[in-house]
Amino acid sequence: MANEPAAILDEQTRADLEQIEIRLLTEGIYQHYGFDFRDYSLPSLRRRIWKRVYAEGLSTISGLIEKVLHDPQSMERLLLDLSINTTAMFRDPTFYLTFRQKVVPVLRTYPFVRIWHAGCSTGEEVYSMAILLQEEGLYDRCRIYATDINEAVLQKAKSGIFPLSTMQENTSNYITAGGNGTFSDYYTARYDYAIFRPSLRENVVFAQHNLVTDASFNHFNVIFCRNVLIYFNNALQDRVQELFLQSMEMFGILGLGKKESIKFTSVADRYEDVDTEEKLYRRIR
Amino acid sequence: MTSAARKMPSGIRSWSDGRVLKEAVRRYELITIGCSMGGMHALQVIFETLPKDFAVPIAVVQHRYKTSNEGLPQFLRRHSQLDVVDTLDKQWIKPGTVYLAPANYHLLVERGELSLSVDEKVEYSRPSIDVMFESAALAYGPAVVGVVLTGANADGARGAALIKKRGGFVIAQDPKTAESPVMPQATIDGTRVDRILPLDRIGPFLIELCRSSNP
Repeated sequence: MANEPAAILDEQTRADLEQIEIRLLTEGIYQHYGFDFRDYSLPSLRRRIWKRVYAEGLSTISGLIEKVLHDPQSMERLLLDLSINTTAMFRDPTFYLTFRQKVVPVLRTYPFVRIWHAGCSTGEEVYSMAILLQEEGLYDRCRIYATDINEAVLQKAKSGIFPLSTMQENTSNYITAGGNGTFSDYYTARYDYAIFRPSLRENVVFAQHNLVTDASFNHFNVIFCRNVLIYFNNALQDRVQELFLQSMEMFGILGLGKKESIKFTSVADRYEDVDTEEKLYRRIR
Repeated sequence: MTSAARKMPSGIRSWSDGRVLKEAVRRYELITIGCSMGGMHALQVIFETLPKDFAVPIAVVQHRYKTSNEGLPQFLRRHSQLDVVDTLDKQWIKPGTVYLAPANYHLLVERGELSLSVDEKVEYSRPSIDVMFESAALAYGPAVVGVVLTGANADGARGAALIKKRGGFVIAQDPKTAESPVMPQATIDGTRVDRILPLDRIGPFLIELCRSSNP
C-alpha cells in the first residue's frame, strides 16, 4: 500500500488526540458556561469546532479551549457556530401541506391549542406556522412557544425581519405548502428586508430553552422539532425524546425533520405515524 | 479499547522494533462514492455489476437539486440488486445496502451509523462529497474505500486525500471515460490514488477488492 505504516500511526494518534481535545473543550464549556455539547453528534460538531478554530486565528482545538474559557465573547461566537441551523419559511413545503390536511382538522376540535416549536432558530418556521394557523382561522385559540438555546437567534426571531432576498424561495414554498392567500400580504418590503406583520407573533412566546439541560415547562398538543436532533448522538436524542414525551398531551402531534425518524429512538412505541413520509407522529400511549 | 491498541496497524510485526513485516489481509468495511454531473449514469453502470450478495455497505453522495425527492433512489433501485435507501438520520450501516445522501443534507459517517446535517454548503454543495469522505476516513480509517466519479467541480478531492492519509483506498474514474472529467481529475491531481479505472471496470474491481471483506 502507498502509505507507510508509520504515517498511518501518526494519523491515528492525531485523530485520537483530536477526540481528547473535543472532549476537553465540551467538558470545559459545560462546567464553566453550562452549555452542554458533550453528547452532540461528533462529525458535525468537529467540523463546526474547526471552523471556529480557524476563524479565531488559531491552529488547534486546545488553543480554542483556552480562548473560550477566558474570553466570554469568543464563547458567544462559538455558540453561534454550534447552534445556528439553516432554515426557511415553510421549509419542506409538503410537511406543512400535510399538517394542514391531516392535523389541522383535529386541532379544530380543540378549544385551545398549545404548540411548542423547539429549536426555532431565527423563527422562519414559527412565522410559517402562524400564517398557516391564521389562514385556517385557528390562530386566535393557539399559543406558540418558540424556544432556542441561543439568545441572539431568538432576538432575530422576535424582530420578524428577514432578508428580502429569501422571499422568492419563501413564496414558492408557501404556495406548495397550500397557502391560500398572497404571501406578500404578510410582510412589508423595506430596503433589503421583509418586515412581517406583528399580528403573526401576537400569540407567540419566544423564550430561551436548552433541550439538553432544561426541563419540561408545559404540556402541548403539538411539538415541532425539525432538524435539531440530527446534531445529537443517540443517547441525547433519546433523552430529548423523553422530554418531548413528558411535555406531550395524549394524542399530541410530534413533527420532526424530513430525514429524522422516531423509529431509532427509545420512545418509538409511544407514537403512531400520522404521515410516514413527512415524519408527523401522534402520541398514542 | 485502549488507544494504544487502536494505534497498532494490523499485520505481522517484528517483536524487536514493531515494524510491520507482513500486512494483514485488508478488510474493507465501507465504500464511499462521490459523483456529480453525469453521476446517475455512472452509478447505474457500477451498481448493475454488483451482485446481490455484495456485502460491503456503500454510501453515496450524488449532487442533486435540493428539492429532488424519491427520483434518484427509485432510479438506482431499478438498476441494483442491493437495497437502496435515502438515508435517515442515525440509520445503522448494514451489509448489502446502498445509502444515498438525501437532497439538501450532508451525509456524515460515524462508526456503524450515518448522521445528517443541514450545515452550510461546502464549496456550493450540500450534500458535499468532501464532508462524507472526511467523516468516513475518521470513522473507518484504513477500512474505507473512496471512489470519485464524474463531475464538473473539485468536490471530493480534499476528502479523498484524507482517506489516503488515514490508510484507506482511493479509486478515481478514468477522466477519459467520465461524462465530466473535472472531478476525478482534481482527485488524481491532489492525491496519489490507488487506482484509475475506466467506468466499466470499477464495479468488477470493487468486487475483487472486497472479496476478502465479504463474510
